[in-house]
Amino acid sequence: MARIVGIDLGTTNSLVAFMDQGTPRVMPGRTGRTMVPSVVAMTDNGLIVGDPAKEHLTRNPERTIYSIKRFMGKGLADVQSELAYFPYHLTEQGGVIRIKVGEKTYSPPQISAMILKELKHRAENYLGESITKAVITVPAYFNDSQRQATKDAGLIAGLEVLRIVNEPTAASLAYGLQRRTQGTIAVYDLGGGTFDISILKLKDGIFEVLATNGDTHLGGDDLDHRLVDLFVKDIRAQHRIDLTKYPDHMQAARLEGEQAKIRLSDEFKTTATIELPDGQGRFTREVTRDQLESMTMDLIERTLVSCRQALKDADLTPDDIDEVVLVGGSTRMPLVRQRVHELFGKPPHYELNPDEVVALGAAVQADILGGGTTDLLLLDVTPLSLGIETMGGVMSTLIRRNTTIPASTKEMFTTYVDGQTGVDIHILQGERELVKDNRSLARFRLKIPPLPAGVPRIEVTFLLDANGILNVSARDVRTGETQSIAVKPSYGLADEEVERMIGESFKFAAEDLKARQLIEANTEAEAILRATEKALKQGGNLIDEQERSGIRTSMAALDSAKAGTDHKLIRARITELEQSTHHLAEVLMDTSLKEALQNKKLSDLT
Amino acid sequence: MVNNHARAVRAAFMDYHTHSTTGRRELQMARSMCWHCQSEIAGEYFCERCVKVQPVSKELDYFTCLGFPRRLTIDQNALESKFYELSRAFHPDFYHNKSAAEQAISLDNSALLNTAYRTLRDPIQRTEYLLDLEAGAAKEIRTSPPADLLEEIIELQDVLDEYRATDRTSGTEAQLRTKLQSERAALEQRQRDMETQLQRLSTQWDALQDRGEVTDQARVERDRILKQMREILSNRTYVRNIVNNLVATIA
Repeated sequence: MARIVGIDLGTTNSLVAFMDQGTPRVMPGRTGRTMVPSVVAMTDNGLIVGDPAKEHLTRNPERTIYSIKRFMGKGLADVQSELAYFPYHLTEQGGVIRIKVGEKTYSPPQISAMILKELKHRAENYLGESITKAVITVPAYFNDSQRQATKDAGLIAGLEVLRIVNEPTAASLAYGLQRRTQGTIAVYDLGGGTFDISILKLKDGIFEVLATNGDTHLGGDDLDHRLVDLFVKDIRAQHRIDLTKYPDHMQAARLEGEQAKIRLSDEFKTTATIELPDGQGRFTREVTRDQLESMTMDLIERTLVSCRQALKDADLTPDDIDEVVLVGGSTRMPLVRQRVHELFGKPPHYELNPDEVVALGAAVQADILGGGTTDLLLLDVTPLSLGIETMGGVMSTLIRRNTTIPASTKEMFTTYVDGQTGVDIHILQGERELVKDNRSLARFRLKIPPLPAGVPRIEVTFLLDANGILNVSARDVRTGETQSIAVKPSYGLADEEVERMIGESFKFAAEDLKARQLIEANTEAEAILRATEKALKQGGNLIDEQERSGIRTSMAALDSAKAGTDHKLIRARITELEQSTHHLAEVLMDTSLKEALQNKKLSDLT
Repeated sequence: MVNNHARAVRAAFMDYHTHSTTGRRELQMARSMCWHCQSEIAGEYFCERCVKVQPVSKELDYFTCLGFPRRLTIDQNALESKFYELSRAFHPDFYHNKSAAEQAISLDNSALLNTAYRTLRDPIQRTEYLLDLEAGAAKEIRTSPPADLLEEIIELQDVLDEYRATDRTSGTEAQLRTKLQSERAALEQRQRDMETQLQRLSTQWDALQDRGEVTDQARVERDRILKQMREILSNRTYVRNIVNNLVATIA
């Protein structure tokens, strides 16, 4: 059974974890850091992901992609209001946002796949084995398109995504496992870009989600944007400079805003400093914790509205909640802790590292799927109601929000007109009455045999699987035959496009492999050159001049191959050098053997 | 896809086959033969010989699915325990290393189990479901709100219309608001009364079922209970919609 890893693909940071003999563990990289910043820099020297990509944020703002998670499964119209904050270029193609870098465009799943690949490599290096299977977490409030986009990202990265798990639920798994908690818990998860609240019942190893709510566009980024707005306003007033016209300085302002926000969790006031464009000096501003709190109060209040709705949906009051768990970096903010405490009437728990707990939970879920952990089971729910469009542009709900998944429902379709050969079905997700206020998921056309009106009976089954992803199938009740349905996603990549991206990714993977092989060949070449030099020094006098010059020639040949990029040539020269030093090695071996034997004799004598 | 079709045909054949056997447990499964090794199975969720999971019949009612008799009083804790137990048996998480056929069965069984639990857990949904199962004839009975309720509601509609038309800052607004709030309290009380009535009928139903009589008198009693339950349920829905509308208007 191949190992399955757990991945937290975050807005700001991503992590990969595995189950180490019953204990989930996050895998660090070479530097020992467990978090991989979710930043991708497309430089002239190739692709850079994670920590080293961060320095390109200000140096190369238009080619450095961050917070890509906000755009997963979205159309351009969905994110219009925040476009100004992003220095890289967004366009749209086929209903899907694309990131334009130079001449090339990338879909959000492709960018996410680059981060996933970095995590995949990290896990492979750490565990010393090939990794092809993963569990990936998503915000509980992610809709079908966003989940599908995450699955696509996994595929493009060469990972079979065995399960999409909700982040707060994953966190509860790690939390419940560690503390052996029983009872009703609320998980408040405020991350870099998204907010979730989930209420769960923990009993005898079953983690039953009772209700979930949230906002997939509310997180630390939005808090940062408030500070950026303040800086931009002040700079305009004091220096008559429109900072929004300078992508690199906007990026610097955003990063400074983020840092100031983080500092204000420990301090009561801080000073933000931003270099002004064109050497016009620098802007400094003192920000107090009170100011930050009053600037962001409305955002925090929005999370509380979600919490109250989740409680209502679970038919519970704050008193019924035994424990409140905080997850996500933004829950370090004192105001968040205070407001959550007030709402639930008890101090929230934040003993577990809020950055790592989701990845740890993903590793636990991976182990459940792998068959390692058999005593725990997650029963999750669908966050949003699912329905179809009916007459008059009204949504008719088929599966209500907070229904335990897997869930299925059947609808019977027939015709209104004689000889009608098709019915158009529009699938929606959301809580509003009207079609236009809900999310369009997909459309498909049901083929119907031409018969008198009302005679055909086509049964359509809507099945929400354990990932919360919709599967549609249809059956002609009269003939019992199954119909195939081509579902066209409203906001997703078409299957063929994902295929193409996987293909491209393999092409890049081939390039990656070539680069790695070159590095490995070079390393080996250097090692053998050093060893040969040393051998010549030790035993050069034991062989004749012809042999010595033969070795020198081979060494020179390897040296020049090393200057190129052909790893096969380097390998060939290495083999040649090995052959030419074969005799020298034997002579040296003999000599040292003799010495060893002599030593032995001596030691025997003494 | 072809596989599904074959399965359906075989299930139909098995339904015929089960008629010759007796006993309750056999009826729980789609058929009495394991889909995988063709050995006889005694109606359990797993084949005794090859240990493969068996599909739960789509025709199975939710009470039988969860192993409860068709009664309206259910021990919530026992129901939850059974749900957890069956979730452990069927959930797709535990079928990742199994064949595609077993994964499909696990998915279908889980979805059915979740629906069954959701329906039976809630007393109102449970009663509605039982009515669907039992009262094929009672479904035809037309129900209309009782005269006194109807009168009250027509009056309430007038007040609501008046309220919508008034100026938000006027004294009349506050006056009407108070009136609507007391109306709301009255309707909510009414809703609770109906639920109490429903509970009493549920107890009567369960007692009747427990006696298991097949006399004419028992049949008359059965129809009376079902009809009354249906009436109360539809009145309750009616009142609940009015309350929701009222709450939305004064919010």
